[in-house]
Amino acid sequence: MIPELGHYALMLALGVALVQGTMPIVGTRTNDPLLMSMATPAALAQFAFVAIAFLALAECYVVSDFSVFNVYENSNTTMPLIYRLTSVWGNHEGSMMLWVSILVFFGALVALFGGNLPSALKANALAVQAWIAAAFELFILATSNPFLRIPNAPFEGRDLNPILQDPGLAFHPPMLYLGYVGFSITFSFAIAALLEGRIDAAWARWVRPWVLVAWMCLTLGIAGGSYWSYYELGWGGFWFWDPVENASLMPWLAGTALLHSALVMEKREALKVWTILLAILTFSLSLMGTFLVRSGVLTSVHAFATDPARGVFILAILVVFIGGALSLYAWRAPLLKQGGLFAPISREGALVFNNLFLVTACATVLIGTLYPLALAALTGEKISVGPPFFNSTFGPLFIALMIVMPFGPLMGWKRGDLLGAAQRLLAAAILSAVAAAAAFAITHRGPVLAPFGIGIAIFVMAGAVTDIVERTMVLRVPSRVALMRAVGLPRSAWGTAFAHFGLGVTLFGIVAVTAWSSERIAEVKPGGSLDIAHYRVTFDGVFNRTGSNYQDVVGRFTVLRGDELVGVMEPSRRNFPDRDMATTEAALMTRGVSQLYISIGDPNKDGSIPVRVYFKPQVLLIWLGAGFMFFGGALSLSDRRLRIGAPRPAKARQQKPKAALQAAE
Amino acid sequence: MTRKQRRLVLIGGSLGVLAIAVALMLNAFRDSIVFFNSPSDILENHVGPGTRIRLGGLVKTGSLVRSDGLRIRFEVTDGKNEIPVTYRGVVPDLFREGQGVVAEGALNTSGVFIADTILAKHDATYMPKEVVDALKKSGHWKDEYEQRAALPVTGATK
Repeated sequence: MIPELGHYALMLALGVALVQGTMPIVGTRTNDPLLMSMATPAALAQFAFVAIAFLALAECYVVSDFSVFNVYENSNTTMPLIYRLTSVWGNHEGSMMLWVSILVFFGALVALFGGNLPSALKANALAVQAWIAAAFELFILATSNPFLRIPNAPFEGRDLNPILQDPGLAFHPPMLYLGYVGFSITFSFAIAALLEGRIDAAWARWVRPWVLVAWMCLTLGIAGGSYWSYYELGWGGFWFWDPVENASLMPWLAGTALLHSALVMEKREALKVWTILLAILTFSLSLMGTFLVRSGVLTSVHAFATDPARGVFILAILVVFIGGALSLYAWRAPLLKQGGLFAPISREGALVFNNLFLVTACATVLIGTLYPLALAALTGEKISVGPPFFNSTFGPLFIALMIVMPFGPLMGWKRGDLLGAAQRLLAAAILSAVAAAAAFAITHRGPVLAPFGIGIAIFVMAGAVTDIVERTMVLRVPSRVALMRAVGLPRSAWGTAFAHFGLGVTLFGIVAVTAWSSERIAEVKPGGSLDIAHYRVTFDGVFNRTGSNYQDVVGRFTVLRGDELVGVMEPSRRNFPDRDMATTEAALMTRGVSQLYISIGDPNKDGSIPVRVYFKPQVLLIWLGAGFMFFGGALSLSDRRLRIGAPRPAKARQQKPKAALQAAE
Repeated sequence: MTRKQRRLVLIGGSLGVLAIAVALMLNAFRDSIVFFNSPSDILENHVGPGTRIRLGGLVKTGSLVRSDGLRIRFEVTDGKNEIPVTYRGVVPDLFREGQGVVAEGALNTSGVFIADTILAKHDATYMPKEVVDALKKSGHWKDEYEQRAALPVTGATK
């Protein structure tokens, strides 16, 4: 009964989406306020129906209803409740349900909180949102129905893929999808603006919070996925340049560019046409990411058995939406009016530089990811494009961007003073040179470029601090005044500084880990030990441990530093009998921001086990930096001008200031 | 500066960055692309020693030998031809005889493939697409694989 209810609710949602996708647009064409106002209740109803469908599926998982094929395939009564819940999106059908649920959730948010939007813009945007929802609901109903029943219900399910039985599954996909799908809002607003043929600074002000939210979630989602694969796959890699990872990185790069160009548009009404294009491209890349992951056209570390029919369907969605959006753009964009003027050396100029490099870097990732596909289609030759390609193309572009980054916030709008900015960054530059020299002196091995990378990371961090120092005048005025100035700074300025600082932190971690990790791979007998960095790791022996639906073969290791006992680490091999699969459960020991990492293989007959021990210096900075970026985004989001929304005409504000504020809050 | 001049600066700058990016990419494409080969491809195409390639096929049943330390030896087969492979390190969780495998490395002068990477897979039922194609090509694609591959999707969100 419950699954049928969910299935039915999803069909109703599709019906509502079709209405929501057409009537409001007809309304804007015929100037009929009634039809336009249909968008809001339709978006809410749409959300309600999809939520019912999603909850119905979740309920099937919670009560382990194995008559539902999807539950039978991916769940098991012995799994703890949290994994039975996360199993909902630990499979193709369920993850598409999550995708659509988040999509309509954003739609409902726009419907609820978009009270101060012009009615035509809101109606059009919600209609476009409905097209996307309709396409994906049709996709689920036609090719990936999660509510399919099996005639004779089995007693036990087949269990979730063991690698996914991890808290990472609770966090990573929802965050990533919030990011991916969050960009659908900017896409819808961009299309709505094109349909109307009118766009101004207020548009950027409405759209920017959505870009920020999506960008923040995507940042955390990518970082979470990176940390998950770091500890789960057993060899401590944090980024593989795998097609599926690239699929999430590309929207992030384009979204970061969009975040910055929307700023120019909001402040200076410039780059309007470009910002619209970026909004379209960012969501197109998100759609493409969905296609790459769901269709299995690329061989990837993350590849799973997939169904070509689904790939073709998503490809069709992709072609219709991206092709349609770009055609509309080509047709309507020339109608948009030119924006404000600015000199090449200015805040706007710096942001254009940012956009240029981010988009170019994004393009290199795109080409590297799709080239094997294109070559296979054209010549039949099979190739793989690996990390060396991305390191030598994406790397230099991003490094150039990082060097210029600290200059941006120090430049004035319209006309900047490059020399002045350089003078103010002198302290940061000296600091980074000292850090690079120190890195060079302390470490006598590793790539020569590494100290250079450390120098850039320090420059970016110090540059972010310089920005705040300059704004608060902390060294030039009495500290009380400086404190007042710090409190008075717009939160978006703090947000910028935090996010930029975070990027420096992440770069620092990446450089340190890549250049100075130590690795020992050996077979050890009980009592044997390995030396790594400043630590001695002694293997005490193995023992067995039984979990809810798995058996662990645990290796016990004692870690010494000099003569001092630091701790005990227990990596394991985890066997899942239901799936006849084993996973590696690495043991991590955190020392400051560095980590000691041990993973083991299956024990040999003579009692020895294959062991991999890594020392990963400063590795936690990689994800800590993403945390800073998220926090910076959150600060920016809480900035007054975004909270209050679009400015009202002065007259209206004078008449009823209180009422206006309350309505906006 | 007039609007026109500013636009020229912008377009010139963009083209410059694009040119640099294209140069970087062409350069990277020259040295960092790895071709996929089945055992038969290697023999037919006379892949020379030292060329970095990916080798894909099935781990031949009964061929896996563990020797001293972490060194393993096995044969990769596509049903027609076999290539001996050595690898030092801990193999991924799903590496076993009779399963599909993709190894990256190079041949040495005596025709042994020295792998430095064995690609990890997330799913026991998954068979790399290249391996499937190679097996089909050599006529050794069996229905049992088909059934296994056709098992309902056990995919994940990543």
